[in-house]
Amino acid sequence: MMQTALQVLDREYLEARCSLLEIAAALDRIDRASDEEESNDFNDSRLDLLNQAIALLTEKSHLPNRSERMLLLFSDLD
Amino acid sequence: MQIIQPHYHAIARTAQDYERMAMSGVVAVAEPAFWAGFDRLYPETFLDYFRQISEFEPTRAAEYGIKHYCWVAVNPKEAENPELSREVLKHMPEFYEKPTVLGVGEIGFHKTTKNEEEIFEAQVEQAIKYDQLILIHTPHLQDKVRGTKRTLEVLSHMNVNPERVWIDHVEEHTIREPLEAGYWVGFTLYPVTKCSPKRAVDMLEMYGHERILVNSSADWGPSDPFTLQQCVVQFRARGYSVQDAIEIFHNNPARFLGQNPKFDIKPIQLETIEDEISSNLV
Repeated sequence: MMQTALQVLDREYLEARCSLLEIAAALDRIDRASDEEESNDFNDSRLDLLNQAIALLTEKSHLPNRSERMLLLFSDLD
Repeated sequence: MQIIQPHYHAIARTAQDYERMAMSGVVAVAEPAFWAGFDRLYPETFLDYFRQISEFEPTRAAEYGIKHYCWVAVNPKEAENPELSREVLKHMPEFYEKPTVLGVGEIGFHKTTKNEEEIFEAQVEQAIKYDQLILIHTPHLQDKVRGTKRTLEVLSHMNVNPERVWIDHVEEHTIREPLEAGYWVGFTLYPVTKCSPKRAVDMLEMYGHERILVNSSADWGPSDPFTLQQCVVQFRARGYSVQDAIEIFHNNPARFLGQNPKFDIKPIQLETIEDEISSNLV
């Protein structure tokens, strides 16, 4: 029998919380390191991808396949 | 590299942990009194537990060349029963006489209730009276900010020396106030909850190395004593020297715990061969 949404959330909440905190800390780390550089305009296409992926998580979309869409975002499709 | 594991619940772990810790450079562990996973019913149950961590565990650790120290206390979860807690408190001074007992801990808040606060204050008072070090647990997850603030409020009205108090389980949102108030703080590294090795190194970079302890708090739950060694690796991978790592992962616990003379492991300083040669020439 499939788990209920509540059962899934009970099981996944702490791990998802942990993953989000790690992402926040990684972005803070990049910010701090770029602040220490002479020019504060550090940019990198991978950072853009990360920001797009984070935006994908916050979309009010009914599409359930976030992980698939995120992997496509990180894929070289040309 | 030599490491001190300042917060470790050995009673919940196997001898294999001791063996692997010894192989990875751990020279000493300190075991705070902890919740057993269920609320104990009798004062005597606590006393037998204190005997286990002050008599049996030192012998088990010694088989692997590790020194084992401990703390005694009624932990915050069981402090919800003040009557039982006060009975235990009556007997705690007997354990301060033991050769490996370093102080009173872990005490503090779990749900930040009035009962917890009453027993927290009573244990701090006893620690001051018997000149013991103090180790304070701060709550998990969503209760952490509230519990940490109340901890600082309670301590501000008591005659404690902040340098002899360690406020544990701090994270990015709770580190600043205790550190600025002069207390020692601890990062507790867990696989999922609390702090991660990378985030601990971030905080070391942001707040410096003074009055900061790092531990893995390995216990009976999902935990891993080697998150501490992972943190050492993360720290070194960011370019810090072995001596820098020794300052944090060996010398800082030696400094804090060494305020109790029973803890006789001193801070160490690496010497280069050139230093040794020149000192021999003098």
